[in-house]
Amino acid sequence: MKKFFLTAFGIACLLKSFSQQTPDTTGFGSRKLKVDEINLVSSYYGQNGDHAAVTGGIGTQKLTDIANVFDIKLVKYDKKFRKHAFDVEVGIDHYTSASSDRVDLNANTSASYADTRIYPSLTWSMENEKKGTTISAGVSTSTEFDYQSFGANIGFAKKTKDRNGEFSARVQAYFDQVRLIAPEELRGTGTAKDGGTEGRTTIAASLAWSQVINKNLQIAFLADLVTQQGFLSLPFYRVYFADGSVHQEKLPDTRFKIPLGFRANYFLGDRFIIRTYYRYYKDDWGISSHTVNLEVPVKITNFFSISPFYRFYNQSAVKYFAPYQQHTAQEQFFTSNYDLSNFNSNFLGAGIRLAPPKGVFGIQHFNMIELRYGHYTKNINMNANIVSMNLKFK
Amino acid sequence: MTNQKIAAAVGILCILATACQPVKEYQKSKLNDSEMSLGNRKVEKTELSFQAYREGASGANAGKSGGGCGCN
Repeated sequence: MKKFFLTAFGIACLLKSFSQQTPDTTGFGSRKLKVDEINLVSSYYGQNGDHAAVTGGIGTQKLTDIANVFDIKLVKYDKKFRKHAFDVEVGIDHYTSASSDRVDLNANTSASYADTRIYPSLTWSMENEKKGTTISAGVSTSTEFDYQSFGANIGFAKKTKDRNGEFSARVQAYFDQVRLIAPEELRGTGTAKDGGTEGRTTIAASLAWSQVINKNLQIAFLADLVTQQGFLSLPFYRVYFADGSVHQEKLPDTRFKIPLGFRANYFLGDRFIIRTYYRYYKDDWGISSHTVNLEVPVKITNFFSISPFYRFYNQSAVKYFAPYQQHTAQEQFFTSNYDLSNFNSNFLGAGIRLAPPKGVFGIQHFNMIELRYGHYTKNINMNANIVSMNLKFK
Repeated sequence: MTNQKIAAAVGILCILATACQPVKEYQKSKLNDSEMSLGNRKVEKTELSFQAYREGASGANAGKSGGGCGCN
């Protein structure tokens, strides 16, 4: 708790020092780079289940993850009064995974039991408020012991003349390297990929159209086209065949995905907001999926709201999935990863949000605090809990 | 069945298109409420990550579509 208050106080001081810069006299916003907002997102995630892919679809899936994301947004206006925004984000996850510990079946808490993932990113955008256009570009990276990812993206958005509609397009590319760590008993046998790295490339094009329908309702249509190439299996996932032999997971080296989404948010009366989301997803590995999300923030006061939410998800299995000891040597591709199996899931929880005008706990720049809890269950005997907190400084 | 779904989707689109009313900037106080945002909120970030790892589907404004592993 002491750390929490020290962090909040430190960020508030930082914001105060930035906000005491020369006041803007141009009427078009500051030409100097100013801190617009700072966000801290922390979460604790814990899961349990008994279908670990590392042990061929059987065994514990116990996993914990502590994530912290620090995000600072800076803005400035240029000579042509275009708004430049710079978003710098650094995320750090620390996880422990009982199944990763079983890469070596004889180990009792091996090096793969825990790992840390660090994922910084930088995004720049330039908005021409007069023309209603925004262009953006960004880079990102993600590093963990056995995985390295570099990403880049560019985007364009254009508002309609009446500013009630907006079209946006974005292209993202990820260039990843997977370190080949085979299950311990397959190393040196010549039957598994082990040692060195393999590449994986993802290109995603995203299109979105958002539209204001009336003073209370706005909607968005979303569509992605995603193509992946390279080593799309994971080298330490085991697959046990019907004859009892053990193999390394093997999946095709290409995948094409099409997710289509729809959002509609409606402000009902003065106190209720109805947030809805639906997604249909299909890929060429055989998954088709539906996702429905409903969240209803209730404004108890203007500055305090409670948001219960519910999400339903279902998917069909990939063509290459079979449970423990059901694959045969005749198959070209095989996995016993239950995240690619046929299942449905429910995610239920609630959040509270506090954003008083004089700041949280009376700290002027401490603009908002939001806490959220969710319980997640799959109908294949897996469940998880997540607690998240967002602190916003402005 | 597919034709019925397409017809329903087109019908909804037509209704929404005709329902559009011009809304001036000063009339957008409710639309500009932070909880009315059409994107994901910051606090959802880690939820979307675990869903992308634990489920086969991702994308369309709900979690990342590539990069990183988190697959344990």
